[in-house]
Amino acid sequence: MNQDEYQKLVKQFTPKERKFKNAVVSFLVGGCIGFVGQIFVTILTENYHLGMIEASSWLCLFLILFASVLTALGFFDTWVTKGKAGFIIPTTGFAHSITSAALDYKKEGLITGLGSNFFKLAGSVILYGIISAFFFAVLGVIFYG
Amino acid sequence: MIFLNAFLFSGVICMIGQVILDNTKLTPGHVTSFFTVFGAFLSFLGIYDRLIAWAGAGATVVISNFGHLLYQAGMEGFHEVGVLGLFSGLLVKSSTAIVGAVVISFVLSCIFRPKD
Repeated sequence: MNQDEYQKLVKQFTPKERKFKNAVVSFLVGGCIGFVGQIFVTILTENYHLGMIEASSWLCLFLILFASVLTALGFFDTWVTKGKAGFIIPTTGFAHSITSAALDYKKEGLITGLGSNFFKLAGSVILYGIISAFFFAVLGVIFYG
Repeated sequence: MIFLNAFLFSGVICMIGQVILDNTKLTPGHVTSFFTVFGAFLSFLGIYDRLIAWAGAGATVVISNFGHLLYQAGMEGFHEVGVLGLFSGLLVKSSTAIVGAVVISFVLSCIFRPKD
C-alpha cells in the first residue's frame, strides 16, 4: 500500500469515526443533563413538596440561568463545541442562543442591535413552536372535542 | 429507575439531533425547530404525557417539551374559554421558559461584555 492509498483510507474512515464519537458524546452529555434534572426534580418534589409541573418549571429556569451565566462568562461556546447536540437540544441551547445573540449585538445599540437581534436564533423555535402547536390544537379540538 | 430512564431518553434525543447535524446540512436552528414541532405532534397524539411519566425530567429538559407545553396550554385554553382560549392560552405554560430566558439574558447582556 502506498502513501496515496493510505491517505484515501484515512479519509474514508476519519469522518465516520468522528460522527460516531460525536453521537456518543452528545448521548452522554444530553443524558447527564436529563439525569441531573431528574435528581433536581426529585429533590424538589420530595423535600419541598412541590408538584411535578412546578418542579419542572424550576428546573427549566435553573437550566436557563446555568446556560446563560456560562454563556455570558464565555465558557459555554467551548462546551457546545465539545458537547455538541448534548447542549443544543436541551433547554440550555435555547438560553444559549438568546444570550449569545444579546451579547454579540449589544454594541450596535439597544434598539437596532440588541432589540432587533434578540430572537435572531431562538425566534425560529418560538415561531414554529407556536404555529405548529396552534394548528395541532385546532386539529385536537376537531378530533377530540 | 426513573433516573436511568431520564438519562436514556434525553441522551437518545440529543444523539438523534447530533446524527441529523452530522449527516445533513441542517443547522442547530433547523434541528431545534424540528424537535419543537415534533414535540407538539407527539403531544397531539397523546404520547408526550406518557413519555414524561416514563422518563420524568429526561422528557422535560429537551426542547420538544416546549412544543408539548404550547399544545397542552392551547387545549386547556380551549376547554376553559372556548375558541378564544386557543389564542389567550397558548403561551400560558411555556411563559416560564420564554420570560425566564428573556429576563436572564437581558440582565446578563447588560452586565457582561462579549468574549472575542
